[in-house]
Amino acid sequence: MARAKSACEFVAERDESRCVKCQACVRVCANDVHSYDGDTGALFSDYSKCAGCHFCEDICPTGALTIRRNLSDTRENANWTKDYIYKIIRQSENGGVLLTGMGNDRPYRNYFEHIVLNASQVTNPSIDPLREPMELKTFIGRKPDRIEFSGAGKSGGHVLKQKIPPQIELESPIMFSAMSFGSISLNACKSLAKAACDFGVCWNTGEGGLHSELYPYSDRVIVQIASGRFGVNPDYLQRAAALEIKVGQGAKPGIGGHLPGEKVSEEISITRMIPAGTDALSPAPHHDIYSIEDLRQLIFALKEATGYVKPVGVKIAAVHNVAPIASGIVRAGADFITVDGIRGGTGAAPAAIRDNVGIPIELAVAAVDQRLREEGIRNQASLIAAGGFRTSADIVKAIALGADAVYIGTSALISLGCHVCQKCYTGKCNWGIATQDPYLTRRLNPEIGARRAYNLLRAWSLEIKEMLGGMGINAVESLRGNREQLRGVGLSELELKILGIKHAGESW
Amino acid sequence: MMKINAEGMHYRVLNEKIRGALESGLTDISIEGVCGQRYIGAGLKKNGVCITANGIPGNDLGVFMDGPEITVHGNVQDGAGNTLNSGRIIIHGSSGDLLGHSMRGGEIFVKGDVGYRVGIHMKEYKDFYPVIVIGGSARSFLGEYMAGGMIILLGLKKDRRIAGDFLGTGMHGGAIYARGGPDGCQLGKEVKVFKVDGNDKEKIRKYAERFAEYFGYASEEILKEEFFKIVPITHRPYGKIYTY
Repeated sequence: MARAKSACEFVAERDESRCVKCQACVRVCANDVHSYDGDTGALFSDYSKCAGCHFCEDICPTGALTIRRNLSDTRENANWTKDYIYKIIRQSENGGVLLTGMGNDRPYRNYFEHIVLNASQVTNPSIDPLREPMELKTFIGRKPDRIEFSGAGKSGGHVLKQKIPPQIELESPIMFSAMSFGSISLNACKSLAKAACDFGVCWNTGEGGLHSELYPYSDRVIVQIASGRFGVNPDYLQRAAALEIKVGQGAKPGIGGHLPGEKVSEEISITRMIPAGTDALSPAPHHDIYSIEDLRQLIFALKEATGYVKPVGVKIAAVHNVAPIASGIVRAGADFITVDGIRGGTGAAPAAIRDNVGIPIELAVAAVDQRLREEGIRNQASLIAAGGFRTSADIVKAIALGADAVYIGTSALISLGCHVCQKCYTGKCNWGIATQDPYLTRRLNPEIGARRAYNLLRAWSLEIKEMLGGMGINAVESLRGNREQLRGVGLSELELKILGIKHAGESW
Repeated sequence: MMKINAEGMHYRVLNEKIRGALESGLTDISIEGVCGQRYIGAGLKKNGVCITANGIPGNDLGVFMDGPEITVHGNVQDGAGNTLNSGRIIIHGSSGDLLGHSMRGGEIFVKGDVGYRVGIHMKEYKDFYPVIVIGGSARSFLGEYMAGGMIILLGLKKDRRIAGDFLGTGMHGGAIYARGGPDGCQLGKEVKVFKVDGNDKEKIRKYAERFAEYFGYASEEILKEEFFKIVPITHRPYGKIYTY
């Protein structure tokens, strides 16, 4: 009978001439790929267990290990690829739902790769961000319909008549997406939280509650209120900079979350406020939200509970009807909307859902921004895009398509060491990120992690300034929804229409 | 004691008045003319506070509340005690749907009947142990997804079956006690009915006495009839559905 064992995706090639048999690889691999035979002094590798995370390769002091794709292949077949064949073999063994981690890895069209940016030439000057002030400051929250000023203030200036609704102030339009303590380690949470505070952006608890060791970073935390209401109490709501009702997630639109009991350790149980060892089930719907009116009820329950001083947002997955849904959410009173596209990541999701449900964030952001503008309510909520931002250029394009800011998850984890092996759900992350095993989590030093995540924010912010300057724009505010700065390459008329952009070669 | 006349008052103003009163050190607040105002007591975090509401509070009474006691002389609408952390809600009337949704701690006593999906996703944690005591009967989906805590269903009026259908669907923790048993109710596939033991009886007695005291019943009369408990057969109903 076929066995999943033969499905090994990777091989760890050992260069015997370099290997000094220090056994570091044996000690570090949480998947037990490597073993040492004391009698013969030989090292063995069971490739079938290899996740392809490259940790042993990185730690090998003599560079003796190389992780490569397993070239053993099934007969070439455009339909029955090795991947599909082995998925069926694995499922035949226990009849379960196939789990996976990270974002969608299917080759759906990535529109960012078919959009190019503009730059100034001759007729308008570009700006040198190294010499000129360049503003990336972004405010997330409801903006008034109009602003009026009255007479002279104390210092002689004008005084704003309106009371501006609560905002969160970001030094750059990049935030860390919702990743719960539970899906990632406390050291990973600390790294991101500290980086966000140091840089002046926000991080997000996910639906796992707020660990007391993260309280020092709560000035810049967005806390989630999800269907399971784990860890949600008045303290949690009061500490936060902003609140986010989690309705959906790009990696698993329409389905709930499930943290199996074996992963609910003593520490996890404290922040989620459930007994250790019990399943943490986040039902697919919020049981108090079956309509836009119900959503409004929860938004205002949260505003009442926190005295109307924090923005309250709603996160949804990008699905077919995303634009009208977003309109409903704004009308329900949300101060910001988060839309998570089909490439959004996860700690665990059924592969069938992750790989097939939802729409790309590029199209969703364009559609939502367009709809809200048409309805004259775009100012009433900020739009945060999430789901697969790999470079600063993706972010610039998303903002020009209409986003106020973006959430980054996968790229933030890559800054901490993640190699996107997609095995987060096993809880055996060798990089100490998607695991709660103390032997593994201590590999991630939160001080170093924070510095690396900070560096990523800094690097991308510098690049965004460069691109803005090239376009002759000196504030990211002027880029938002500025689709004239974008041109499509190789896109159909319909795609261009949905994105609201012209094709390359068309002038203003 | 502070008296507030809530007639025609927006919930936001009413809640501001309540918060203001608590901040000024008052611990006893009586609200007259309550008529549909939502979120009364939302997110209040203070022990030793008593709020009396005369009339009919709107949805989400005591949502996210942590500590205070609210007594309602009248019925309540949907979502009372939603995500309650601690405190007490005593309802001298009936409740709409979704009473005690996701409550983690605290107590809710209802003299009359309750609507659909009551006690859904209740959970317990360490010293937090949520309890709902219902004098009348419940509609369908009582205790759905329930992960902890206790619901006591007294069915005192006996004018219809004690609960609706899908009782305890998806339940994986906690217990529902039904006076006289859940006769005629369709149970969720995750639960079974058992006779109560000494421990259960002690718990039921404690809360039945409190119920009798709040609403003027004789606890002996309530306790005369036999109780049955509805509990999950597994704490991991979805433990074996994944391929790793």
